[in-house]
Amino acid sequence: MSRSAPLAQAAVSAETMRGPVAGGDRKGETALGGGPQMDLRRKPRVAETLIQGFLFLCGAISVLTTLGIVYVLGRESLLFFANEEVNLLKFFGGTEWQPAIGRFGIWPLVTATFMASMVAMVVALPIGLCIAIYLSEYAPRRTRNILKPILEVLAGIPTVVYGYFALTLMTPLLRGIFGRDLVEIYNTASAGIVIGILVIPLVSSMSEDALRAVPNTLRQASYGLGATRLETAVRIVLPAALSGVAAAFIVAISRAIGETMIVAIAAGAGPNFTFSPFRAAETMTGHIVRISGGDLSYDSIDYNSIFAIGLLLFLLTLSLNALSQWIVRRFREEYE
Amino acid sequence: MTVAIERPSQAQSEASRTSSSPSGTGRYAIEADKMSVHYGNFCAVRDVDMKVPTNKITAIIGPSGCGKSTVLRCFNRMNDLISSARVEGEVLFQGQNIYDDEVDPVEVRRRIGMVFQKPNPFPKTIFENVAWGTRINGFRGDMDEMVEKALQSAALWDEVKDKLQQSALGLSGGQQQRLCIARAIAVEPEIILMDEPASALDPIATLRIEDLMKELSVKYTIIVVTHNMQQAARTSDFTAFFSVDDKRTGNLIEFDDTEKIFTNPSQKSTEDYITGRFG
Amino acid sequence: MMALHQEHTVAEPAGGLMPSGPDYHDQVVSRRRKGRAWATVFQAAVLVGIIALCALLLNILNQSFGYVAIVNNIDPAELTVDDVPLNRLPKEKLVEILEANISAGLMRRYEHDRPFAERSRENVHALILERVVEPKVQATWGLFDSIFARGSVFAEAEERFPGSDVNFRSWLTTSFISNSQSSEPLRAGVRTAILGSLWVVAITILFSFPIGVGAAIYLEEYARKERLLNRLIQTNINNLAGVPSIIYGMLGLAIFVRILEGFTSGAFLGIGDQSTANGRTIISAGMTLGLLILPLIIINGQEAIRAVPSSLRQAGFGLGATHWQVIWHHVLPSAMPGVLTGTILAVSRAIGETAPLVVVGASTFIALDPSGPFSKFTVLPIQIYQWTSRPQDEFRNLAAAAILVLLILLLSLNASAVLLRNRFDRSQAGA
Repeated sequence: MSRSAPLAQAAVSAETMRGPVAGGDRKGETALGGGPQMDLRRKPRVAETLIQGFLFLCGAISVLTTLGIVYVLGRESLLFFANEEVNLLKFFGGTEWQPAIGRFGIWPLVTATFMASMVAMVVALPIGLCIAIYLSEYAPRRTRNILKPILEVLAGIPTVVYGYFALTLMTPLLRGIFGRDLVEIYNTASAGIVIGILVIPLVSSMSEDALRAVPNTLRQASYGLGATRLETAVRIVLPAALSGVAAAFIVAISRAIGETMIVAIAAGAGPNFTFSPFRAAETMTGHIVRISGGDLSYDSIDYNSIFAIGLLLFLLTLSLNALSQWIVRRFREEYE
Repeated sequence: MTVAIERPSQAQSEASRTSSSPSGTGRYAIEADKMSVHYGNFCAVRDVDMKVPTNKITAIIGPSGCGKSTVLRCFNRMNDLISSARVEGEVLFQGQNIYDDEVDPVEVRRRIGMVFQKPNPFPKTIFENVAWGTRINGFRGDMDEMVEKALQSAALWDEVKDKLQQSALGLSGGQQQRLCIARAIAVEPEIILMDEPASALDPIATLRIEDLMKELSVKYTIIVVTHNMQQAARTSDFTAFFSVDDKRTGNLIEFDDTEKIFTNPSQKSTEDYITGRFG
Repeated sequence: MMALHQEHTVAEPAGGLMPSGPDYHDQVVSRRRKGRAWATVFQAAVLVGIIALCALLLNILNQSFGYVAIVNNIDPAELTVDDVPLNRLPKEKLVEILEANISAGLMRRYEHDRPFAERSRENVHALILERVVEPKVQATWGLFDSIFARGSVFAEAEERFPGSDVNFRSWLTTSFISNSQSSEPLRAGVRTAILGSLWVVAITILFSFPIGVGAAIYLEEYARKERLLNRLIQTNINNLAGVPSIIYGMLGLAIFVRILEGFTSGAFLGIGDQSTANGRTIISAGMTLGLLILPLIIINGQEAIRAVPSSLRQAGFGLGATHWQVIWHHVLPSAMPGVLTGTILAVSRAIGETAPLVVVGASTFIALDPSGPFSKFTVLPIQIYQWTSRPQDEFRNLAAAAILVLLILLLSLNASAVLLRNRFDRSQAGA
């Protein structure tokens, strides 16, 4: 093997002014050449430190917010349960919420919340998932680029407008279909359906993201075996994206439980222990809004009670969100 | 592993004689002493001893993954930006270990500039690209004059003098890279580190960069990482050859005159690499 | 299809167990049919979404315009002088009419508020309509009935409200926007609510934008991911984004309205009416909404900052810039379009929020314009909520008109986000 790389000749000057040295026993020599010794020492950069401190505080404010929520809800709830008329057993066992006569059973509010949320999910989950499958697996690029902003508009409309929609259009519609005797003016079904419409974009966009994250090779493999588009979408892509879709569903439930204005406007005022979606019933959020919207004196049992409801609501939604995040982490399919 | 490297004693004594370089600085611009780099538990480069001569072009070559760029980035503490990176040993610049606790990496990077693999001009005007670095470092002179000088040094002035206020992103790749070099020399560093500066460019632009490097080596010490052996042979005065062992850790195998490395290397693995039997 | 089937018979890849020939053909046909059916279902789902959106918007339009049956206390036709109709009479005659029809006390009060000599003809005319004519809405009809069933609208009005004036009315008018709140639906407006919304949102932005962007910078640029505290902050922000908005309202009620009452009522500055001052002010509302949208701004900001190429940072560091110099001069300008878009989306959310402000204590009825951060306030969504909750039809119409105002406000905000981003992109590239 030839040792001479011909190109090398051109570049290297023959005189070799200084040879390079590999080996470190003569360190410190670099300073010998004279010239002003440079000061590389760290200079105090007060502004930098202050800025970094400020930025950290900004991040910490979010933690303070959480601590604030926990403190406020916890403190007022403790005051609530310290009342003679209230105890945990009655709170979780009672089916009557009548603050005026000292009945604080949470169940009427909880059942109303679940009625509305369930109706919402019956609407939102199938429709949202179908839209996601259509957008991810069927729609041509251009159609998707048109449809997605439209769905985003749906997500951007304030909830009070949805409440108006529920009361002035959905309720008359339901009463027209099922009869005025069966359907009350205020009812959880109407509120639930509209909550469902509200969370459709949430379900569809989160599910679509999950579906689109499935690598194309999987689809090609499926088509290569002679599967139809439907079979590929439902039997290959959907199972592969299941964790993301499940997470979307759970976030949607959490969102429906926490939704306030629609139920405050359309579901009715006054706790009502009922399982009929066509009857008026007040949800947890609706109750909080109604009580706090009135003249509320601090440190009254009413005031404390809404914080107890709030704590329950907070824990419920928090655990649902945590569950959704856990599902995503735990069951995420790692491709590549 | 430390490879016992034959020290070119002849060159060594010559170096002592000609120690006063034109700029009056030391004979060695920068020295690595038992320098090792870890990323978490992974040892990327181990025990590098390397003294880089002043006002010369030193090329770093070696197979991919041998830690060439890692070594280069150690010379101006760019590895600090990777939170898992840890540097052991010493890197002496102006007789001072730049990894000392009391040394300010910001100061180090001003003194030891860097040009990156892909041209990365700021999304600002051409003028602003050159001016920014000097401004943040407290330059108080005539900015127009300084920018012109830097662009002339980078052999870019004639091409851009009429469009200094236009976006730097409108330049061609080769022009962008020369702009990055102008930007680097504007802050008057002692050393310019170049990380495969021509790898994203076409052959003609590459040639211009190489010519520019030679012109700049009169005033600056240049350390250039390249995967292109011919480029190393064409442009550099000295060449360091790095290799990678079975644990994927990089080692300095040989560091010598470029001519010697390419014609008469003392290590077998260098020869294998040069002649294409390796990597 | 045939070629495929022949290949099967020749190769027998599944040992002859795969269906072949006409069987297979039928099976494929049925599978295809099923596929087409489901494709229709998927498309129908999209259609449902679009229909829902259209229904929502059309419903609001329907309620914002339409025929109104009005009964006047005194018919304006009776108020003519020498057969000149009311709306063409000179000011002097109008003052005479007013004087003849209202009590002397009320007349003196008007004179005291502003002398009639200084009042314009239109103003006096409006006073006559308000105090003398006293129109009362009897019934309203939607836009679609008004267009497609005009005959039956008039017939119904004739039958149920004899003697009423039936006019086509747009509930969304310039006077609706410029009038303040009133218990009289024909004169009610949303000026107070719009001003309240703008004040609250201004406070929200001032509070949450710097903090949100700061937190995003900290998390993306400074925070070392290995540290537990930083991971905690990140997880916490993700969780906060999912907390129902009403919980933020309760936080605001307990912290800003109650505990910080001395500050949020303006008492510490000695401004505001000390006797009625409490913490239910614009600043409490703004900070509550600020906390609410903070996670959104942070998460969007992080994404925008993450999208800035690291080569830009390295270029800055390579020149000897400090970390903050790199962030301020290079990272932030590059990330700004994304940060701003995210902020505007978050602010849109804040403008539409209702529940937390009900809890924090927006005033139910307020006719006075807000004068500063320590004023009592109402906002557009609260106004909509109030009107929607009233049983009378005409208040529903007002709510619909207010919703139109709110939606137009949101639309222009989003449009400005797009424009802003485009401009930023240009100035970044061209300078």
